[in-house]
Amino acid sequence: MGRKLLLEKAHVEGIRHYDVYRREGGYRSVEKALKMQPADIVEEVKKSGLRGRGGAGFPTGMKWSFLAKPDGVPRYLVCNADESEPGTFKDRYLMEFIPHILIEGMIVASFALGSNTSYIYIRGEYDWITDILEEAIAEAKQNGWLGKNIQGSGFDCEMYVQRGAGAYICGEETALLESLEGKRGNPRIKPPFPAVKGLWGCPTVVNNVETLAAVVPIINEGGDEYAKIGVGRSTGTKLISACGNINKPGIYEIDMTISVEEFIYSDEYCGGIPNGKKLKACIPGGSSVPILPANLLLTTAKGEKRLMNYESLSDGGFATGSMMGSGGFIVLDEDQCIVRHTYTLARFYRHESCGQCSPCREGTGWMEKILLSLEKGKGKMSDIDLLWDIQRKIEGNTICPLGDAAAWPVAAAIRHFRDEFEWHVNNPEKCLTENYGLRHYADPIHVPTN
Amino acid sequence: MIQFNDKTMLRVNEIIARYPVGKQKSALLPVLHLAQVEFGGWLDVPVMDYVASLLSIEPIEVYEVASFYSMYNLKPVGKHLFEVCQTGPCMLNGSDDIIDYIKQKLNIGVGETTADGMFTLKTVECLGACGYAPMMQYGKTYREHLTKEKVDAIIEECRAKAN
Repeated sequence: MGRKLLLEKAHVEGIRHYDVYRREGGYRSVEKALKMQPADIVEEVKKSGLRGRGGAGFPTGMKWSFLAKPDGVPRYLVCNADESEPGTFKDRYLMEFIPHILIEGMIVASFALGSNTSYIYIRGEYDWITDILEEAIAEAKQNGWLGKNIQGSGFDCEMYVQRGAGAYICGEETALLESLEGKRGNPRIKPPFPAVKGLWGCPTVVNNVETLAAVVPIINEGGDEYAKIGVGRSTGTKLISACGNINKPGIYEIDMTISVEEFIYSDEYCGGIPNGKKLKACIPGGSSVPILPANLLLTTAKGEKRLMNYESLSDGGFATGSMMGSGGFIVLDEDQCIVRHTYTLARFYRHESCGQCSPCREGTGWMEKILLSLEKGKGKMSDIDLLWDIQRKIEGNTICPLGDAAAWPVAAAIRHFRDEFEWHVNNPEKCLTENYGLRHYADPIHVPTN
Repeated sequence: MIQFNDKTMLRVNEIIARYPVGKQKSALLPVLHLAQVEFGGWLDVPVMDYVASLLSIEPIEVYEVASFYSMYNLKPVGKHLFEVCQTGPCMLNGSDDIIDYIKQKLNIGVGETTADGMFTLKTVECLGACGYAPMMQYGKTYREHLTKEKVDAIIEECRAKAN
């Protein structure tokens, strides 16, 4: 069993509340950090090798070191809690059950970055979690961890929670900042990056919930110790939210050395696939990353066991690999219809496109319509090529990565499951007799072999 | 006359105080949430105009935000709003069946409200509860691992509240 850093105390009764959290060793990292130089804290985070846990995997310490520090201009830390990537529900778990670990990590980060006012931007639907966080912030403040002159250090920090209102795009950091300023969530053109011009035009760091929580063990144990866990550039632990057709959906903290096969089949993790069904496919890192058929998921093209880490999951590029992404692990069993599943994702991206860039605004709508028509048995062979063509024209041609995120799942579905799309074209009567794609198959037609 | 009650007004001022002076527009999303709760579950134009005046911004700045985010209702909704997730992971676990069942049970389509104004059914995209699918948002919280029986119980719970 791997080491747990974030969820170690998750099951301690009452850990949601300050007294228990503190008794279990909470806020030690703040005590330690306040005695350090801010630049040394950034250095520890660099040494830890921590990479952004929101999806992009950018080194956190480096992101922090880019923060501009012009005289007389406030700097801000903003926590990205707009968790909206289908398959991803790990930040919710941390905030709902161990809210103080996020607040603790944010105080340390605020001190390191010189932010005297820090915000948590949370997705609007997490209404009750907003209450939990606000209560935890109030407890932290009552106990002298927030407010003026924290623990006599001379450092002031206020923390607030801001609710979004239903927009996936606000998980993109510049859209998030627009939203926090009370505007539509339209991503900004970069550069300037938020580190130079962010919230209200001031230097800003935006970090994911899990990233900020990971700062706590990094400061407590030191960056070098943290970097010893894991493998290669995948250091520390990662939260995986597992869902779809598995026996034990939920949140797992892994140390990134275990294999994908063990993660799916071991009772310690997903516990295998219900009703003895076969594994058909998996999206290992949230809906935006490429779907892989079972054979490529479990073994890389080189024939090595694929591991649950950044490098191994992306081994082979998009031709035969995928990505770690946000850690949203979606498993599809042998009965599931790839066309229907891809359609729901295309519908999602059409709904969530902010509409600023034409390739994404128009392209996501076209992809949704074509996929629906294929799924209903009304498609033509040429539609499959048209779909491929459209996704190619979205990818890389938009201001923000939502365009890529919409294109990749469609591309990967065609790349690996083209026969299934063709089956829909060749068997229209079977598509029409049933409501749902997943019922198209009395006999599963696509169980990957070799 | 549209006016927040005193308690809400205190909350509004608390929220505005979170931002630097002159950046009160940042309070727009949270204040629209408060307005939607206080003024009947949706945002009518006079309500949005009132919010604009509170924050000293133009009404168009409120309209463009209210029309962007899916949680703001720009049309009246029933007393009880069911927002059922239909994205991939929920679909894999039978959300299509749950949506069909609610449609049939309440005799309404997606986006419609029952004749008695009690229930509105909406479909939504991923709410971040993929491991507890199928699910829906009802009020402040989520209802997860939905089955037909659970849907029946939720509808009963709503009807009981009305009596």
